[in-house]
Amino acid sequence: MFEGAIQDLIDELGRLPGIGPKSAQRLAFHLLQADDADVARLVSALQRVKELVRFCATCFNVAESEECRICRDPRRSDESICVVEEPKDVVAIERTGEFRGRYHVLGGAINPLEGVGPDNLRIRELMARLASGEIKELILATDPNTEGEATATYLALLVKPMGIAVTRLASGLPVGGDLEYADEITLGRAFEGRRAV
Amino acid sequence: MQKLGESDRIITMLTRRHGRIRAAAKGVRRTSSRFGARLEPFGHIDVQVAGDLGNHGRSLHTIRQAESIELYGKQLGRDYPRYTAASAIAETAERLTPEEYEPSLRLFQLTLGAMRGLSVAEHASTLVLDAFLLRAMASAGWAPALTECAVCGAPGRHAAFAVPAGGSVCPDCRPPGSARPAPSTLELMVALTAGDWLIADASDASQRRECSGLVAAHLQWHLERGLRSLPLVDRSSSDGES
Ligand SMILES: [Zn+2]
Ligand SMILES: [Zn+2]
Repeated sequence: MFEGAIQDLIDELGRLPGIGPKSAQRLAFHLLQADDADVARLVSALQRVKELVRFCATCFNVAESEECRICRDPRRSDESICVVEEPKDVVAIERTGEFRGRYHVLGGAINPLEGVGPDNLRIRELMARLASGEIKELILATDPNTEGEATATYLALLVKPMGIAVTRLASGLPVGGDLEYADEITLGRAFEGRRAV
Repeated sequence: MQKLGESDRIITMLTRRHGRIRAAAKGVRRTSSRFGARLEPFGHIDVQVAGDLGNHGRSLHTIRQAESIELYGKQLGRDYPRYTAASAIAETAERLTPEEYEPSLRLFQLTLGAMRGLSVAEHASTLVLDAFLLRAMASAGWAPALTECAVCGAPGRHAAFAVPAGGSVCPDCRPPGSARPAPSTLELMVALTAGDWLIADASDASQRRECSGLVAAHLQWHLERGLRSLPLVDRSSSDGES
């Protein structure tokens, strides 16, 4: 245990996901020794993200206005929606250049062990978007792991009776990993080879 | 070994010989991970953990190698009711092993049997779940009384059921406000405890619903905190119902 401000910083950093006590300590001492200008930039980036960035009112991707860049883009197709777990998955799929429709960010996957059920995700909002009748294909691009698969299974059951084509990324993505770690070529191929479920 | 769930890269496992253990799996979320699907939830795996399991120190062990025996998660992820039932089974197993490294062979066998039962889809998922919960509670020493009075021990089937009293209660011991489940519901609970699937599979939806309610109430009464996964169990499936 240290005293005062440095321990406060260690405690705050330690509350971040994936940061254990040792990493928190290392980061805190790194910041203590860093240039004032570097720290000022970090502080301002933290403040700006809270001031400027919010979630898109339509797809729940990160946005700097009411709607995100993708939802505002008139060149994109309104006929397909790609469902992902997190905003970082939008970035991963955009990198492949394979998809020209819209997205819907669920905010996670159904995981009863963590207390996350369908009502904790943006599923009601997705159903409202699908009710517009414009959408012809729903692409389920949840992570290739058990929780992602179960979430896709749940959504497929819900959406198929609406007469919308439901597809899932082709197998070939390594099971157990996160979508964001897949390389563009593999992810692009999985996207192209998507199958009806 | 039985994998229960994961948070970040720490894997909780129920093991045959060492009870519940937690160990770090490095880089498991990367698609290039050498573990692949082997550390996914609900799998039966053979695992090698670095560090002496006899050393109950604070430091977290690391998973060195994992071989799959049967990865039930693959099938369970494709069936939503079964996935939610498997989650409730895993959470119960975790909650019934409050201390790490306390061997519980019976619970290991019940958990493995339940995951296998869910994946072969021979019986309705809620029946597999309730059978597991009843037997797991029995192994923890607090099975609900079904064939005698929970208070005085008078043998026989009693009409009233009181969760705080510990199960079925005779007319003399019955506390006010006791439930009065259908006799066939208690019959179903006895069958699930005994593994009499012929009777269990023949039960109807209302018996199953009442049975699940009593089992859940009994379980929650004995656990300090409620289970997170139990309210999320999808009981809408009609599979296996006759
Ligand atoms: Zn948007
Ligand atoms: Zn009595």
